[in-house]
Amino acid sequence: MERAGIPTALVTNLVTIAEQVGAPRIVPGGGIPYPAGNPALSPQAERAWRRRLLERALVAVTTHVDRPTVFEVDTAEPAGA
Amino acid sequence: MRIAHYLNQFYAGLGGEEAADLGPRVIDGPAGPGRLLQQLLGEQHRIVATIVCGDDHAATTPGVSAELLGLARAAGAELLVAGPAFGSGRYGLACARLVAAATAAGLPALGSMHPDNPGLAEAGTAPVIAAGATAREMRPSLQRLAAAVAKLATSESLTAADGRIAQVARVGRLVERRAAWRAVDLVLRRLGGDTEATEIPVGGFDAVVPAAPLDKTASAAVALLTEGALVPAGNPDRLESARATRWLRYQIEGIEELATGAWESVDGGFATVAANADPNRMLPLDAARELERDGAIGRLHGEFLVTVGNGTSVATARRFGVEWAAELRKAGVQAAILTAT
Repeated sequence: MERAGIPTALVTNLVTIAEQVGAPRIVPGGGIPYPAGNPALSPQAERAWRRRLLERALVAVTTHVDRPTVFEVDTAEPAGA
Repeated sequence: MRIAHYLNQFYAGLGGEEAADLGPRVIDGPAGPGRLLQQLLGEQHRIVATIVCGDDHAATTPGVSAELLGLARAAGAELLVAGPAFGSGRYGLACARLVAAATAAGLPALGSMHPDNPGLAEAGTAPVIAAGATAREMRPSLQRLAAAVAKLATSESLTAADGRIAQVARVGRLVERRAAWRAVDLVLRRLGGDTEATEIPVGGFDAVVPAAPLDKTASAAVALLTEGALVPAGNPDRLESARATRWLRYQIEGIEELATGAWESVDGGFATVAANADPNRMLPLDAARELERDGAIGRLHGEFLVTVGNGTSVATARRFGVEWAAELRKAGVQAAILTAT
């Protein structure tokens, strides 16, 4: 898809594999069975984290990259959560 | 030789996916497929210990290879065997990292997995022997592995003829025919239609020049995609749980979030409990809609595309990527978010 000009954010927990196969835009996911989830958080906190995950994915597709690049998600709890 | 055999939780008989977070532990003597391996190895070699770790723990915990290596050494191992991991990604990753660590630390080690296993490259130049794609091929895989263990035990080097895959450390040797002759020979073979002949096999993954970034996403059409096999409950279109032969599309126009119970993941590669309890954990529709409402993205594409990555070959995945790219371009989609398991 990247080759076709569609910047793609890959959300996955297996970051090293993603780097090795050459995925250019990598966003570390919550866990292997739940890339966009984190069952250890409260539903509210998980939902807020998921939003931050997607916001990071949007940063990834609007950032120029030359090689596999990891876009870490801020895992800090929002104030007051 | 005294051998330590690494297995994941499943093959060691400690449980399935629910036991994937088990930490490193030791079982005396051979266990699971280690019993057949012991038989094939005969009297000369003894599996003195089976080292076990849960797949999730092994794939995601820093320092676990060193810990596993410590357990192998404590059991008095002179050689370490890991697998067969067949096509299992996390297991293959754990085996590859372990044999790489053992080899680097001076403990002869050998891994076994299918050539398409995503973890293979992490073995570096440590030896890995080809196994079949699934446990249905346990016996022939173990036969090949046992033969290779016997060779390794005598410090003989392993080659492609032994089933060795992945990187091989370069060993210089003198060949009769000069390189110029051999190169011309390869060219003639290529012209004659032989597209396979080569002296240096190249890896299966292409190098891709990344797409140019979008300026901003506020006006962009974005698609959600997943290879985690998320389908409507009941899997009406029968998506495979492994080794995908197709991909599917499902409407999400007008849907604000994926309702529990209406969707399920049929991926055979991991425990789907968490994803089924909240499908947005697999395909983040709820958060994506929020971003759409807030103007962070222009619009969400009206469908999501889905397949299953579990055991799917590189060639098939490449084809799907080409097809998805075409689909999305046709629909005017400008960026994509793909969740992978």
